[in-house]
Parts: sequence; structure tokens; C-alpha cells
Amino acid sequence: MTIKASLTGAFLAAVLSTTALNAAFAADDTIKVGILHSLSGTMAISETTLKDAMLMLIDEQNKKGGLLGKKLEAVVVDPASDWPLFAEKARELVSVDKVSAVFGCWTSVSRKSVLPVFEELNSILFYPVQYEGEESQRNVFYTGAAPNQQAIPAVDYLMANESVERWVLAGTDYVYPRTTNKILEAYLISKGVKPEDIMINYTPFGHSDWQTIVSDIKKFGSAGKKTAVVSTINGDANVPFYKELANQGVKAEDIPVVAFSVGEEELAGLDTGPLVGHLAAWNYFQSVDTPANAEFIKTWKAYTKNDKRVTNDPMEAHYIGFNMWLKAVEKAGTTDTDAVLDAMIGVSVPNLSGGYSTMMPNHHITKPVLIGEIQGDGQFETVWETPGLVVGDEWSDYLPDSKDLISDWRAPMSCGNFNVATGKCGGKGS
Amino acid sequence: MYRILQILFVALCLLISAHVVGSRAADDLGVLVDQLGAAKLSDMDDRIAALAKTGDAKVIPVLEALGEGELYQRKSDGKVFLVKAGGADLQLVDPVTGADAGATPKAAMQKVKVNNAVRRAVRSALGGLTLFSEDTGARLKAAQSMLQTPNADALEAIETAIAAEKDGSVRKVLVEARAVTLLVSDRPDDQKRQAIALLAEGNGRNGLAVLTSALATADVSLKPDIEAAIARIEQTQAFWSAGQNVWYGLSLGSVLLLAAIGLAITFGVMGIINMAHGEMVMLGAYTTFLVQEVVRNSYPELFDWSLAIALPLAFLVTGAVGLAIERGVIRFLYGRPLETLLATWGISLILQQSVRSIFGPTNREVGNPSWMSGAFDLGGLTITWNRLWIIVFALAVFAALLFLLKRTSMGLKMRAVTQNRRMASSMGIRTPWVDALTFALGSGIAGMAGVALSQIDNVSPNLGQGYIIDSFMVVVFGGVGNLWGTLVGAFSLGILNKFLEPYAGAVLGKILVLVLIILFIQKKPRGLFALKGRAVEA
Repeated sequence: MTIKASLTGAFLAAVLSTTALNAAFAADDTIKVGILHSLSGTMAISETTLKDAMLMLIDEQNKKGGLLGKKLEAVVVDPASDWPLFAEKARELVSVDKVSAVFGCWTSVSRKSVLPVFEELNSILFYPVQYEGEESQRNVFYTGAAPNQQAIPAVDYLMANESVERWVLAGTDYVYPRTTNKILEAYLISKGVKPEDIMINYTPFGHSDWQTIVSDIKKFGSAGKKTAVVSTINGDANVPFYKELANQGVKAEDIPVVAFSVGEEELAGLDTGPLVGHLAAWNYFQSVDTPANAEFIKTWKAYTKNDKRVTNDPMEAHYIGFNMWLKAVEKAGTTDTDAVLDAMIGVSVPNLSGGYSTMMPNHHITKPVLIGEIQGDGQFETVWETPGLVVGDEWSDYLPDSKDLISDWRAPMSCGNFNVATGKCGGKGS
Repeated sequence: MYRILQILFVALCLLISAHVVGSRAADDLGVLVDQLGAAKLSDMDDRIAALAKTGDAKVIPVLEALGEGELYQRKSDGKVFLVKAGGADLQLVDPVTGADAGATPKAAMQKVKVNNAVRRAVRSALGGLTLFSEDTGARLKAAQSMLQTPNADALEAIETAIAAEKDGSVRKVLVEARAVTLLVSDRPDDQKRQAIALLAEGNGRNGLAVLTSALATADVSLKPDIEAAIARIEQTQAFWSAGQNVWYGLSLGSVLLLAAIGLAITFGVMGIINMAHGEMVMLGAYTTFLVQEVVRNSYPELFDWSLAIALPLAFLVTGAVGLAIERGVIRFLYGRPLETLLATWGISLILQQSVRSIFGPTNREVGNPSWMSGAFDLGGLTITWNRLWIIVFALAVFAALLFLLKRTSMGLKMRAVTQNRRMASSMGIRTPWVDALTFALGSGIAGMAGVALSQIDNVSPNLGQGYIIDSFMVVVFGGVGNLWGTLVGAFSLGILNKFLEPYAGAVLGKILVLVLIILFIQKKPRGLFALKGRAVEA
């Protein structure tokens, strides 16, 4: 009995070590890319698509011959919408699987939980989602929008084109909406909006009973001044919110809602007929009419074998980030972290809206800002766009804590929070 | 002879000139419509006004199509057409003659861009054009648009329309629209005073908006009147807002009741801590989605009935799943609450992930049938149809369940088994089957709740998670084992929540409710309606 057990044990050990060896051999002729997106739990709704998009991009690159003469190999892990698990899985990707770069995270809290891991193990993370700013880390590249690439242009649009004078800032109660609304409030007041013309409202995650809030918005909007809602309401809560808006008859012509977290994916679960004209601000819409985008959509639909799959802004962010990484690795001639970090700054690649995006020294990228109106078919129609590209501003100029901070990761400064008032590196977020 | 020729000649001339004039009008209209295609968004206002100025009835369908985004420009020659969606190609209709202009592939056409400003311009232009329409519905819409966007130029037209209007409801809106428009016009003060008095009578938000903006610009002599009118409207609104809170509370309560009522059976009556209860709600919602998919693809005319079809199916599907769970897992765990809790939690994760694998992680679209969309006004209350039907449905399910438990032999057996299992068994009741059927009933009802909740919430694999805590809260608060307790518990929590929300905000409101429940349970551990008797102690 004991002999048999130990024999089995030895056999198992032998099998295990051979597979480990195989893996080690395989690692030599491939470059590994980590994908850190939740495939289960609450965030799976948004993040699964990004995993698919990354797999497609890697697949396409391999068809073109890979990178540095090697094939790319995707390593997918599932952090299951569990923030501490994000850090664990990130560590696993970098130290066990030896990936050269990681593409992942969605929520700010998941990003914050993996930051120390990437710093400690000196690896690279590409973060594809619009976020609240107030951060710039050496090992992270932010390919989503900073507040000045999404929120502020949207407010400018409403002020100029819809002559909005009263503002409802509605958001889910967590860090992204709270910081964004703080920036927006400061911005609006700097533009001469009176504090009594701003209503701020927070709701819990997954809030589903919007009756009181929608009727409050209607009441707030009946003060004789043009009113708009700026929504940082997160994912799941949007569907019941928009359903309530439609049912209570809040029309976009009277009180437009501009959203920062509602894209093509979120609208897929909605009948958009009654919502025509409500707005969203992004850096990319599926409806953007460029040859690059048409090609991307075609590849995506073919890859997912689903004619109804939509594309969205964070997918474009991964597209840009992935191509930038490829270019930087080619430029550096190696996947070594320090060399790639240096090579990344200044890299410029085509985006899907017909221009070029460049990685800036603050690890944020340049993007156009598009304002789109919801259409009956669940797509957006661009009604306005910034004349040129907007540089991501990591430290908001409208917050007293951060207005003196800048970030520049080029030598000799190499600092994520340089205080121009004191002339020292360090300050908030250090 | 000569005379006849002369007459013929004159007639001919007239005909020709009439024809020329007619076709020139049509040409002008055509040019104006084509200009819509070339215009920038900022120029659209003027173009729409120019079209509306023609006063031609043919303009109405063009403007309507523009507002709906059904106006397209042909890329090759810049001509603008109305478009009917149909298949891969676009069906073109000539905007002036209304004649069919054939089909064109989508790539050859470009949509005429519209934004909210354009839609607003279209709405007010249409208001002016359809104010004298034959169709009562169109007149009502026109009157409402006049009310929403007061325009001093339209005042005379509104007054003429009031004089001609026979329909009472349209007339009422028109009179209000006249008052609102009067305030922005330069009519004498005594007329304005009358208008203010009229607006103060109503409780409309439009009136309040106009009065507030009029206050800033009005003459000194008018200001006291306006202030008084605003105060009066605000007072009426404060009165109604209390009523509105009660209504919202009832509506939230009905949602809580629906979510909790199945749990009141499995947890309340049987004592099983069923963490997979929320997933039964989710499965019910997905059944609705599947039914709607089939209906949409094969029998689109039945769409308004899709919920009625989904209800029994959801009951059967989730009932069967519940039966399988009871027979497969729970029956081995009776009397071991901790293991039941862990096992059912595991089941809930398995169900969530399987739904995610089958249907994908994204939300699925479940449409509202027409009788569940929109809202109506009752005094100062805005009541949405979907909420009203959900309240009715929740109460109907409650009544049916109460009848089943109290008035049928199945219900008698259920109560017998849960009160004293051994006695019931010795009376010849097959207790294992009663357990299984009771659990299936509770699950089936959760599935029916899912059909209703699919109308107001996301249909996603996470749907159930949002309701499980609330359901337990209601059942524990109302008193375990008592259906009436669940009813009273659900509605009182709903109303409490909605009265706290305006003052404390949604986040703090929810926390306060939880704190209050904790305090309440300290005082009355068995909930509102505690079961009495020996069965409780057993």
C-alpha cells in the first residue's frame, strides 16, 4: 500500500517535471503576454470582451509573423472580480509565467491593488479604461482617457451647444465618480456656474430603483434653466436608470444625459428607441467611419464568429496599447522591462479614429475626444469632436492638491509626481 | 367659333401657368429639402425654419423623418430622400411627391445628421404645422410641444386653435400652452396676470419653469404675482411629493415582495437557507429573454403577449431546477443549516457561471411590451405603467400563494409537514415529496418574479445577487414562516426606504434601513409577525 502510494507519487512528480520542462523549452521561442481580466464575477460583463480582443490582437500579430522573430503567446488568468486576487494573479503572471507585459484591469480598485506588484517585480501593465487620473506610475501605461480627455470636453460641449446652465452630477459611489465629479464641480464653478445650480448624487453599486432620483432630476430641471445630467453611473446600474428615464418621459431634447461609462456593450442590453439623443463621451465609437475601424470591426466579428458583437472604447485602448508595445519592443530589440519603458515614450501608432496616438512622457496617450448621441440601433453618432488630439493630463489642474504636480518619466526627471511649486519629486500619491 | 377658341386659349394659358406655379412650388420644396442634406448642424435651425415657413403639408413627413433619423442624402448627387428600413438595402421615397424611388445599397447613402438641437427645432416646427391637423393625437402632440418650448410668435396661432378646438383634453393643454406663451410675449400686464393665475392653479413643471425664468425679467408690478404663483405651485408639489414617495415606496415594496415571496416559502416555511434563491430569479429572467427571442424571430405580432407566455414557462423551468436541487442536494442536508448554506451558495455560483458560459457575460435585451412602457399623470403623480403592473402582479402572486397554502389539500400537507414532520408522516403524508414540491414551488415563484424583474433591471448573470440580501432582509423582518409578515415587511421597508432617500441619499438611506432592521431584530428577534406555538420551539 505505502509502496504503491510512493510509486504513484514518484510517477506524478516525473510527469509534472517533464511538463514543467516542456513549458520552459516553449518559453524560449515565444514571447508571453499576460491578460489580467475578470472572466467571472460582477466585472465579467465588461472585462470578458477585452480578453477576447487581446486574444484576437495577439492572433493577428502572430499571423503577421510575431515579434522579434518569435511567436506571441497569450497567458490568460481569471482574477474573478476579486480585488486582492488581482494582485495574486498579477504576481503569478510575472514571476511564474514570466510574461513580458500585462494587459488588464478595469476598475480603479483593481488597478490600485496590482500597482505594488508591478513596481516590485518591475514589469509593465497596460490599463485600457477611462479613469479618474491623479496617478502616474513608472510601470503602468494608461491608454484609457484621463478626465480631461472625456469629462471636461463633454461638459464644454453641453455648455456651448446646448447652453446648459444647471448640472446634475450623478454617479455610483466609488473612487472614479467621486474624483471625476470633484474635478467637474471645480471646473464648473471656475466657469461661473453657481453652486446651487449643481446637484451631486451618489448611488450604491447595482442600484436598481431609480424612481426617486429620476423624479428629483425632473424637479431640478424645472427651474427655468436648461439642465443636463452628467452620469458616471457604473455598468450594471445603467440599464434600470435609462429604463426609468425612458418611462418617466425624460427626453434628450429637454434634459440630456451625458455618460462616461456607457458604451456600445452596455447599450446592447437595452431598447434604445426611447433614449435617442442622450449622449456619451469617448475617444472611439464603433460608428467611426475610417478604413482602419472598418477593418478592425470586420476582424473582430470574424474572430468572435458573431455578427452582432460590438466594439467599444476600451477595446480601442488595448488596440493602441498593444501596437505601441510591439513598436517599443521592436525599437528596443528586447522585451526587457527597463529598455521597453524607455522605448515606449514617444512611440506613435495609428488609432481607429483616423489619426495617430502618441505615448507621452507622463505615460498617458494623446487621443481625440468624441461626443456621440445614442441612436435607435444601439450605436452612437458622433455629433462633435475635438479639432485636434488631447494630451492626457494625469494631475488635474482643477484640484488644489494636484494642480502643481506634473509627471515625466524621462531621465533625468523620472518622476510621477513632480511638484513645480517646490521643485521636488514627491507629493500626493508618492 | 372665334369666341370658343378664345376661351380655350385662355383656359390653356391658365392650365399651363397653374402647372408652372405648381411645379415651381414643388421644386422649391425639393431644393429646401436637399439643402438639409448639405447643411452643417449649426445651420439646421434656419433650414428647418425655412421649410416650416412654406406651410406645406408635405413638409410634415419630411420633418418627422428628420427627427427620427430617417432622412438620407444620396452621396452621388446630394439629393435627399426619406428612407424606410428594410433588409440590407434602403427603400427610398421621394420627399416631395411621396413616390417610391427604388432601393439603394446603404453604402451609397449618407444619413442626414441630427442632434438634440435639431430635434428640438423639428419638434417646435412640427408643433406649428400640426396645430390644425385633422388627427386629435397630432394636435395633442403639437399642443404639448408648444407648452414645452414656449415661442412668442406662435401665440396668435394658439389662440386661433383654442377657438377652433373641440376636444377637451387638447383644449386643456392648449390653454396652458397659451398661458405659458403669453408670459414670454409682450402682451399687456393684465393679460399676463391672468396667465399667471391660471398657471398657479395647475401643478405643471412647465409652468414652474416659465414662471421662474419670467421672474428674472418681469416688470416690478408683476413680480409679487409671479412669486405668489411660484409659492403656490411649490406648495402643491410638496403635497404631491409625499404622495409620490408613498407610491415609489409601494413600488419598491412590490419588487421586494416579488423577490422575497419565493424565499418566504423555502426559508420561511421550510427553514432552508437557500442562497441560490437569487439565481432562480435570474433563470426566470433568462427564460423571458429566450421567449422574447423566439417571439421576435418567429411571431413578432405576439410580442405584447411575450410576458404572459414567459410566466408559466419560467415557473416550470425554475420549478424543475428547484426540484432537482432539492432531490439532488438539499434533502441530504435537512437539519444542517450551515452545510445547506454552503451547498446552496456553491449551487448559486455554478448556476451563475453556467449562464455566463451559455449566454455570455453581457446584458441581454428584454423589451417592454407596449402596455408596460411609458407613464401617465394622476394629479401631480407620475405613474409608470411597468411599476403599476408589477405591483398588481406581486399582489396577485401573493393572493394565489395564500390561497394555495390555506385552501388546498397540497397547502394543508405542506403546512402539516413543516409544523410537525413525524406526525404528518404517521398520518400517511409522503413527507419527502411534500418537501420537494414545496421547494419547487418556492423556486418556481422566484422564477415568476424574474419575469417581472426583467422589465426593470438588467438581465445578466449577476441579476440574482442584487436581490438575495434584500429577500432575506424582508423575510426575517416580516417574521419567518408567515406570508402576511412578508407582505407587510416588504411594503414597510419599501416605503421607509423611499422616505429616507430624498433626505439621506440612496447610499445612506440604505445603510439607515439596515441599521433600523438590526435594532428591530434586537427588540423582536422573531420579526414583525412571529409564529406562536410549540412548532416554533421544536
